[in-house]
Amino acid sequence: MTEIASTDAPMVRLVAPDGSVVGDVEVGLSGDERRELLRLMIRSRRLDRECWALQRQGELTVYPPFEGQEAAQIGSAFALGPEDFVFPSFRELAAAVVRGVDVVEYLEYHRGTWHGGPYDPIASRFAPICVPVATQIVHAVGWAMGSKLDGSTACSLAYFGDGSASEGDFHEGANLAAVFGAPAILFCQNNGWAISVPSNRQFAAPIADRAAGYGMLGVRVDGNDVLAVYAVTRDAVERARAGEGPTLIEAITYRIGSHSTADDDARYRDEAEVAAWRERDPIDRYRSYLLGAGTIDDAFVRGCEEEAEAWVGGIRTELTALGEPPATEMFDHAFADPPPTLLAQREELLGDG
Amino acid sequence: MAEVTMVAALNAALRDALSGDPRTLVFGEDVGALGGVFRVTEGLQAEFGGERVFDTPIAEAGIAGICIGLAMAGWRPIAEMQFDGFSYPALDQVISHLAKYRQRTRGRVGVPAVVRIPSFGGIKGKEHHGESPETYYVHTAGLKVVVPSTPLDAYRLLRRSIDDPDPVIFLEPKSRYWSKEEGDLTAEGPGIGRARVVREGGACVVIAYGAMVGRCLEAATTLSADGIETTVLDLRSLVPLDVTAIGDAVRSTGRAVVVHEAPLTLGMGAEIVARIVEEAFDHLEAPVARVTGPDVPYPPAYLEQRYLPSVKRISNAVRTVVAY
Repeated sequence: MTEIASTDAPMVRLVAPDGSVVGDVEVGLSGDERRELLRLMIRSRRLDRECWALQRQGELTVYPPFEGQEAAQIGSAFALGPEDFVFPSFRELAAAVVRGVDVVEYLEYHRGTWHGGPYDPIASRFAPICVPVATQIVHAVGWAMGSKLDGSTACSLAYFGDGSASEGDFHEGANLAAVFGAPAILFCQNNGWAISVPSNRQFAAPIADRAAGYGMLGVRVDGNDVLAVYAVTRDAVERARAGEGPTLIEAITYRIGSHSTADDDARYRDEAEVAAWRERDPIDRYRSYLLGAGTIDDAFVRGCEEEAEAWVGGIRTELTALGEPPATEMFDHAFADPPPTLLAQREELLGDG
Repeated sequence: MAEVTMVAALNAALRDALSGDPRTLVFGEDVGALGGVFRVTEGLQAEFGGERVFDTPIAEAGIAGICIGLAMAGWRPIAEMQFDGFSYPALDQVISHLAKYRQRTRGRVGVPAVVRIPSFGGIKGKEHHGESPETYYVHTAGLKVVVPSTPLDAYRLLRRSIDDPDPVIFLEPKSRYWSKEEGDLTAEGPGIGRARVVREGGACVVIAYGAMVGRCLEAATTLSADGIETTVLDLRSLVPLDVTAIGDAVRSTGRAVVVHEAPLTLGMGAEIVARIVEEAFDHLEAPVARVTGPDVPYPPAYLEQRYLPSVKRISNAVRTVVAY
């Protein structure tokens, strides 16, 4: 079994995989907010599985599943305020759900009706889906620099993976953020695998340890512990708002599914490894904890599941009803003020339509 | 009328933009206290403060990448790449994001950034300091590519580039930085996408941009002594490309020579010749000639004048085309 680099290093954990409390779980969340976290996790997983099915049914082109990473995404996104800005990579649909991004518009990307930003990035404070990994880190830092110049307390959060941390843009972004004291949170979901390459072939030391080299705070957290993820992200947000600059968070989690629907993970990892991580499932853990704490009962969970089922059904209906985008769109958005040579090409290709 | 260098004109354009719009930012390597290695940003940090005019770490991808985030936060970034040869680390950000952001967001998020790049050869620079990167940018849909040839036009084009809603790659011909021109910087003139006839003559049109415009004018003077009168067309922007002006000039002369510093193969000349064929084939009296750098890496200082299109090579090409 391939061990994930830095799994053994110390990390913040408040709830153990069996749901027992091992840290200070009084993280400032009300009972309603704690229930909301579980509701978001349940509906996100249901959505993720539906997306896999939609791809297999030919309704999506390629889809990158996030099962196993619900706590990492939802705990972190939940810690942000409405003015804060998320710069995702391409596997952050659960974070998008938390931010209220229009899911059908989001899935237009995976359906192939439009590119990375089919939803309104500015209104939803959620930048376009970003496939050139790590490039979005620099955008997040730029946005945070702009926020600071405005005297705003809003911060940005960039999601990226363990593989992205090997890119030069990670370094340039982290260094810029630290030098400018930008209110940016660099949130790494270390899910163990960059397609087929395990994280111990990406780096030889925990990612969070790099923070010291940049002059920022680094935190390693159990990425399958939603309360711990929430707590460390909220702390990072508070530091950013207080002018204390960026934070690097490394959330240790695991990609239960393949890299994408086009990937075959059986070629590079053992089912035993996946099974071991299923035992550390973030939803099971959090549900057990909430049941034990008396915050929820079984009826609440059933209610969440039924609600998720209906919600996902609506998304499926809307998504599958989407038609082909007009071909004019290829030309409409390339420039605000398109060159005459482009207009001539448009005319040649499309004529009047 | 004051005489200004191109450096002074560019500096004035940045100053006026910073004065005119408080959302404008100028940043790059050594652009602050030093005023840039070519002094284009001289005095700007002192005048506008370190928040709006700032040095960055040596991080070209970072410089290009923060343009995206800053623009999304409502700022107008004007970034400087220190040299052409150092702009390549930023290509991923430029190609994958700067150029595509409006398209990727279905028109919702434009990036009104200008990336200034001191470019081209002719100043006895070290290796990596004499590159002609225009084709990389011209071939990337979503970018505008602007190349001034004179100080007054540099001012005008940079102001227009800063005001443009789309990202502009602004290639400054280093060898013309210290050239002088007299006139009113703020005078009205053609915008981005309009070529400029800088000399008129009926025998042939010579099409160029950047520093080569001056060289073509020198060649035109030489040729004039022999009774060959040429039109010199300064393209000013490569995207948009003024195909109409190219077509008009070729239709009126029947002969054309295209000149650029960049290597021959898939240089701008390839596109321009194709456009000439499409626009004015029936008017051509001779094959179109290209006078360009050869398909080799840019040479060291002692050889660069052998590499760059010379007045003699340009003149000879015109004579050949005219005699055809």
